[in-house]
Amino acid sequence: MKEIKILTPVGMLGYGFPEEFYLKGLERNPDAVIIDSGSTDPGPYMLGTGATLVKPMAYEKDLKVILRGIGEKKIPFLIGSAGGAGTKENVDYMIETIQKICAELGLKKKIVGIYADVEKERIQSALKSGQISSCSSSPILTDTDIEHSVRVVAQMGAEPIYEALKRYPDADIVVAGRAYDPSPYAAFCMYKGITDPGIYWHMGKIMECGGFCCERKSQVILATVREDSFDLEPMDPSNRCTEVSVASHTLYEKTRPDLLPGPGGRLNLQGSQYEQFTDRVVRVKGSQFEPSAVYQVKLEGAALVGYRAVFIGGVRDPILISQLDKFLENVKKRLESMYPSLKTGEAKIFFHIYGKNAVMGTLEPKKDAAPVEVGILGEVVAPTQELANAICSNTRVGVLHMPYPGQLATGGNLALPLNPPDNALGPVCRFSVYHLMDVESPLELFPIFEVEE
Amino acid sequence: MEKLSEIAKIIRSKNSGPFEITFDIMFPDEDSYKRVKESKVLNRELISGIYNVKDEDIITFMSFDPALAFKFTLKRSPSTQQGSINEYDTFGAQQHAPLLDIEIP
Repeated sequence: MKEIKILTPVGMLGYGFPEEFYLKGLERNPDAVIIDSGSTDPGPYMLGTGATLVKPMAYEKDLKVILRGIGEKKIPFLIGSAGGAGTKENVDYMIETIQKICAELGLKKKIVGIYADVEKERIQSALKSGQISSCSSSPILTDTDIEHSVRVVAQMGAEPIYEALKRYPDADIVVAGRAYDPSPYAAFCMYKGITDPGIYWHMGKIMECGGFCCERKSQVILATVREDSFDLEPMDPSNRCTEVSVASHTLYEKTRPDLLPGPGGRLNLQGSQYEQFTDRVVRVKGSQFEPSAVYQVKLEGAALVGYRAVFIGGVRDPILISQLDKFLENVKKRLESMYPSLKTGEAKIFFHIYGKNAVMGTLEPKKDAAPVEVGILGEVVAPTQELANAICSNTRVGVLHMPYPGQLATGGNLALPLNPPDNALGPVCRFSVYHLMDVESPLELFPIFEVEE
Repeated sequence: MEKLSEIAKIIRSKNSGPFEITFDIMFPDEDSYKRVKESKVLNRELISGIYNVKDEDIITFMSFDPALAFKFTLKRSPSTQQGSINEYDTFGAQQHAPLLDIEIP
């Protein structure tokens, strides 16, 4: 039976991986090296500010090891969601970086790129036509949300990457913008003639995280894919996959582990079987893909909320600690009288009280904690940095010097560790778009191009 | 009576997208998983009480046999936006502590 092998060095490009295990993987003659470069987990600031998920030095380090290992061999290298957010800027940056490294290594590689950016007008018209729906509990999308978005991308399914491979069969490297994480894996299997989508979508869902599905969370992993099953094997000989470690993988960061919706349909793992094929290798069968009636892509967009300034200080006085909520309410009231934008809501003050409920907020069940000390993180957001700085400064002064009933310590209410105590943080963003959009064709949003030498 | 922290292998929380936090309780073997499952202690009402959330804010509550695990997923509080202003836990990774002391017969 036909077998294709896919090697993944690590679950996130730039996170680093042991070169010896990657080279072990290459000795198995994989048909492709595939890696995921994207995530929205750290929040919207990457999409909102153009920052990459990982620093340039880390990308270059990983890319050098990967490309040096492949060398002159004709092993395609596929990257999904280049740069983290997967915008045009990210894709272009990744392509430039790869070209630089290939030049350093004396390698001639043909590169193909795929963009994933979406025009606001496209989304606005989809919203008007009722083609937008919520995703994973996102709030209703408004025209204002779309208008305020700085960048929006769509997660491509397998089809654009499959199309790129078909159009450029001599491509050595494919750099895709934002993609549904398993898409490059699915696309490659489609290209190699594996016909059961249940097989390649489940394999991709696991492989895109690298060796996270092993007994010990690790990096380098090899998948062997057949028409009716796939095997998973970590390249670190001291590690192994177990039935439970592989089955548990779809618990991670998912609403539910058995039904996984994506572009074009849903992966149904309710009938999947996991077999401990050898003491280190697990074989998976029985996963199903249920195509959806309408093809939907997930849109991700970020908007600027404002600019922030923060201060942090500790309180050790038990008299103040026992009435802290009321005290901080009074501080807020005083600041509102000084700054009208706090009254209108254009600017906001938040207090995070470490030692009480800063970590869990409203979910915190322990209401009667009597900590010896608390840390107050004061967070101010305003339309301009200047205003945020000013409000932050006055707020910190308020917390430091305002009196309270029963006060004995009049020297100052906060132990401030930082000088200067008020610090500008720069722009803060939010996810303004996190919704599904109906599309006519899986290819329409994702232009494919050949990179000029 | 034994605490869940003494029986389970993994008790964790993490974001599942920017608007939900998902919790996993995973067991080291079939016996411990079965014991907890048959005790019926873990259910929606318990979670609702521990986290003080309404039933409709519990998006999923289920057991998953192949992974010897329980999972439940909550809507994130609307007062905070993931990775944005008034964020309390960017990765949603420190919300699991109240689960540790759940008593299992």
